[in-house]
Amino acid sequence: MLKIENLHATVDGKQILNGLNLTIPSGEIHAIMGPNGSGKSTLSYVLAGREGYEVTEGSVTFGEVDLLAMEPEERAVAGVFLAFQAPVELPGVGNANFLRTALNAVRRAKGEAEIDAIQFLKLARARMKVLNMPDDMLKRPVNVGFSGGEKKRNEMLQMALLSPKLALLDETDSGLDIDALKLVSDTVNSLRGPDFSALVITHYQRLLTHIVPDRVHVLSAGRIVKSGGPELAHELEASGYGAIQDAAA
Amino acid sequence: MTAISSTGPAAFLGRHEGLRGRLPGAQLPWVEALRDRSAAAFRAQGFPTRRVEAWKYTDLAVVNASVFGEPLTAVDDALALPPAAGPRAVFIDGRFRADLSALEGLPFTVENLASALPRLESRLGALARPEEQSLAALNGMLFEDGLVVTVPESVEAGVLELFSFATESERAPAFHPRHLVRLGAGASLTLVETAAGPATARYLHNPVFEIEVAEGARMNHGRLQQEGRDAFFLSTVYARVQAGGTYDNFTMNAGSRLARNEIHVALCGPKAECHMNGVQLLADGQHADTTTALDHAAPDCSSRQTYKTVLSGKSRGVFQGKILVRQIAQKTDGYQMNQALLLSPDAEIDSKPQLEIYADDVKCSHGATVGELDAEQIFFLRSRGIPLEQAKAILVEAFLTEAVEAVADEAIRDALSRAVTGWWQRQGIQGGIEAA
Ligand SMILES: Nc1ncnc2c1ncn2[C@@H]1O[C@H](COP(=O)(O)OP(=O)(O)OP(=O)(O)O)[C@@H](O)[C@H]1O
Ligand SMILES: [Mg+2]
Repeated sequence: MLKIENLHATVDGKQILNGLNLTIPSGEIHAIMGPNGSGKSTLSYVLAGREGYEVTEGSVTFGEVDLLAMEPEERAVAGVFLAFQAPVELPGVGNANFLRTALNAVRRAKGEAEIDAIQFLKLARARMKVLNMPDDMLKRPVNVGFSGGEKKRNEMLQMALLSPKLALLDETDSGLDIDALKLVSDTVNSLRGPDFSALVITHYQRLLTHIVPDRVHVLSAGRIVKSGGPELAHELEASGYGAIQDAAA
Repeated sequence: MTAISSTGPAAFLGRHEGLRGRLPGAQLPWVEALRDRSAAAFRAQGFPTRRVEAWKYTDLAVVNASVFGEPLTAVDDALALPPAAGPRAVFIDGRFRADLSALEGLPFTVENLASALPRLESRLGALARPEEQSLAALNGMLFEDGLVVTVPESVEAGVLELFSFATESERAPAFHPRHLVRLGAGASLTLVETAAGPATARYLHNPVFEIEVAEGARMNHGRLQQEGRDAFFLSTVYARVQAGGTYDNFTMNAGSRLARNEIHVALCGPKAECHMNGVQLLADGQHADTTTALDHAAPDCSSRQTYKTVLSGKSRGVFQGKILVRQIAQKTDGYQMNQALLLSPDAEIDSKPQLEIYADDVKCSHGATVGELDAEQIFFLRSRGIPLEQAKAILVEAFLTEAVEAVADEAIRDALSRAVTGWWQRQGIQGGIEAA
């Protein structure tokens, strides 16, 4: 599904990713952990196509296609979804209108029939129920005045509606209360299947008890320095990154 | 024979001399006096240059240098207008067209100025100040027609539409309609005005409004300026609001090559209110100027102004907002906000707020912002599959939302949304946000 080879990337001339290799087969969920500033968000932005993140070397293949050659909206249509670490606010843009516009943009690009307002509301309400989001969040402007946890849940609502093939979750768990963590995990797990894979960025082992990953990787200074099974997350929780970074250096 | 200048003030003054005996009201001494006084004021001022403080950012040199003619539309020229959805008054090249209007059975009076003139001595010119506003002087000298609306005490007049169309003409017509609106105590009226014309014709539309809102009355005034892209739209509104009355003006400036939307409002009785909101949507080659002057002349009044300008290509926007709080106007609550969104590096906005406060117990604030579309917001929308152009359109719409939502009247809000959508389509941008 996703194959990253020898990825080097700079932001504002600063080298952040330094030869990153990572393969996520279809149907698998991988977790990335790593110290602050190691390049986790940068990786997710490079994959989603954010302007200003320049790839200087390496390749990213998504399915059969060269992901790096695509515009951000084309990647979204192809099935890439980034849940932002810090979702932006859109004053003046109603959440429901935004969600329907996004859903129909993706459907149109795929040649699928558009969803009318009534069908949309039904769909959205069903997903919101799972996430325990009150209906009035549809009427409010996107993320404006939402609490930290509400913003993260809104990201998950977008993911659930767009049903991507590859979800990049950048610290979706931070800021969530214990119950919300469970609901968000349920939403991710509900998408699990042979055509869905995910890259879960987190600092906490707790999320990975709900969303059990197939593989766990440690990112340090822009490279994967260690990979293992779910047990690696437990080890890190106990020992921290120091030992791994020392070994990699 | 003396040569008659074909451009500038001399051309208009010459026209006034030449038409003297034929302009409406020529037999009425008071009309004659008004025209002469206006002519003298226009002769003294001419078209204001940028050395005049109120015209610092808007240059009328191009108007000054243009040759204009008389509107030649015949009264029976066939025109394809959509059927009237409600009461409407239609003006073609500044002249009333009864055949295209729909004004039967109204609980208030709608007339055209040319016919009603003998009865208008106390109203015409009651608010306009030709000695101070040169364009009002030009209008006072050459007006031929206009809308005269009189809403009796306590009557809820509902919605009246005012259409002003320019026709295709080689002669670059100039027309100067004078519109008078008077609301009796406790009355209400929503006037939705559309000014439009052929995409490429050159003409000058120079309307002047005199609006009187009596005690406790409410006037909603929605204005959609969608003139042709080579037109000059120079408009001056005077409104006077008595105790407990409200004047609510919303203006969209989207058309014309050069637009001036000048509004003078005087709040003359306690607890009078004024809302002035607007959007300016400017594309390459356009210049739009909104200039407001608010006179707080009584205590306990409030005023709210929110203007938003979106500029693309090489366009220029101007906002000048003056708030005068007289010594008597204690407990004034004044608010003014002007925001601009620059979509192109070649666009320019000039903003000049001006507070003059002589009372000590007042709350007055103003602010201005200039910005560009936010790259993070654009990326967020694109990351959800929304194409770049649509993402931009959504964010521009969102920027305008605050000003649009401030419009109290639903009819005006709807007309405005349609106009904004139409503007997008003319910019070649398909689809903003989809309603859910
Ligand atoms: N525009 C920029 N200019 C310079 N440096 C930048 C820029 N953006 C990010 N960086 C740097 O890149 C590095 C990686 O940042 P990134 O956000 O990817 O880290 P992260 O692993 O997600 O950290 P965290 O765990 O704190 O979220 C950091 O040192 C950051 O300061
Ligand atoms: Mg991060």
